[in-house]
Amino acid sequence: MIFFDRVSKVYPDESIALEDVTFSIEPKEFISIVGPSGAGKTTLLKLFLAEERPSAGQVFYQEADVHTLGKKEINEFRRKVGMIFQDFRLLSGKTVYENIAFTMEAAGRTDEEIEQDVPHVLELVDLSSKIWNFPRELSGGEKQRVAIARALVNEPDVIIADEPTGNLDPVNTYDVVQILRKINDLGTTVILTTHNKGIIDSLGKRVVALDRGKIIRDDKAGKYFS
Amino acid sequence: MFFTKLRRVVRTGFFNFWRNGTVSLASVLVMMVTLVVIGMISFSSAILDTSLAELKNKIDINVTFVTTAPEEEILRIKQTLESLPEVFLVTYQTREEALAAFKDRHQNDPSILAALDELGENPLGAVLNIKARDPSQYASVANFLESDNTLSGSGVTIVDRINYFQNKVAIDKLTSIIAAADRLGFALTMFLAIISMLIAFNTIRLTIYIAKDEISVMRLVGASTTYIQGPFVVVGIIYGLFAGLLTLLLFLPITYWLSKVTANFFVGFNVFSYYLNHFLEIAFIILVSGTLIGALSSILAIRKYLKV
Repeated sequence: MIFFDRVSKVYPDESIALEDVTFSIEPKEFISIVGPSGAGKTTLLKLFLAEERPSAGQVFYQEADVHTLGKKEINEFRRKVGMIFQDFRLLSGKTVYENIAFTMEAAGRTDEEIEQDVPHVLELVDLSSKIWNFPRELSGGEKQRVAIARALVNEPDVIIADEPTGNLDPVNTYDVVQILRKINDLGTTVILTTHNKGIIDSLGKRVVALDRGKIIRDDKAGKYFS
Repeated sequence: MFFTKLRRVVRTGFFNFWRNGTVSLASVLVMMVTLVVIGMISFSSAILDTSLAELKNKIDINVTFVTTAPEEEILRIKQTLESLPEVFLVTYQTREEALAAFKDRHQNDPSILAALDELGENPLGAVLNIKARDPSQYASVANFLESDNTLSGSGVTIVDRINYFQNKVAIDKLTSIIAAADRLGFALTMFLAIISMLIAFNTIRLTIYIAKDEISVMRLVGASTTYIQGPFVVVGIIYGLFAGLLTLLLFLPITYWLSKVTANFFVGFNVFSYYLNHFLEIAFIILVSGTLIGALSSILAIRKYLKV
């Protein structure tokens, strides 16, 4: 489904973020990418979303090289991918409802669908009571749950979670991981990057370890070693 | 789908304008400065145009006749003048009327009046006052009077003097001063307008800079360029319209106050009534400028952050 084919990324300042990385991700897989800061985890995700271009190699999503897609096709591709970030990246000027509705509007959904799906997805992350609040009025855990609801609402094929628990306390971390697990059980591919050893050990799913831009380990049911 | 999108873009624009109250207020005020300057351009050119026209209107020729000139000769010349295509109006002032006007002018100067009494007879000649249709035609009228047309039956000229030749230099100078002031005023206001437009542009750019992280998030959830850009353009247009309306309101007290000052200065020109009479025209210029500056600034400023 997703295939990185001998991908390298060298930034203009000559720093090597990724070097000759090859691996594939199957549909409905839950894959964790681990490694110390600067190992190339975020670069890997940016290359997948066509935010950055690789210096060499290709990134495929369902047979299509994402870096040869036109502007319109990139937009359509990104709508099939749900994004969750460490710093939440909610739209601060919009309410919880509008944050989620915006993603649906961008995907061209009708008003009826939006009015129906937004409360439903907020129910899933247990945030129905905060539907008209602005992000600044929410706690970190609540913000991350809004971000997850936003990532889910268009029923994406892939969810990318980039250090989603980095800013959260253990209770919220546990909640977020449980939600991601549930999403995966329902058939969505999940790509998770994290530093958190506890999460990896408790998941017992595939782990890809990166160090200095190279894959040093790829275990089917891995544990976190660093 | 197009109308749904348009409605969503406009609605989001209105929300963004309203929710960022402080930023919106600041932007509207900055934009107002620009629009006031643009409004001033039309006022100042109107003031200068009117004073130039007023000045042209003041130019005329006085032909003073010798005291012995017979009235029928003068009236004959008047008739000939009136038949000239360049001449707009000829007024005849008899010797007696000239004397009365002279006395009237110097009623506070007893020594002059005493000297007049001393003379015993009326020293003033009759006067023909000529207004041409256009100031440039005075030269040909004056030349006409200089020629043989003003000779009496006995072959002696009855014209004492023609003041055109004395006033010509002053008239030309004043005309060129006004024209130069017009050009300088226009250049200055254009300069100010460009500067204030740049400031307005920069202000809008800052408001978009604040939102640059959000723009990249919108990009990542797959929103199209027009869908991201649209609300910012709507906000820019709202800035322009709001600033335009406030500027039009502000011009009411300003021109009212100015009209008192300028009435003494530029005879016959009232800025306030000019504003009221040309309100639609000025409102159109101000509102269209505001809308265009707002929308274009937004489009130009946001392009930079849309590349992700």
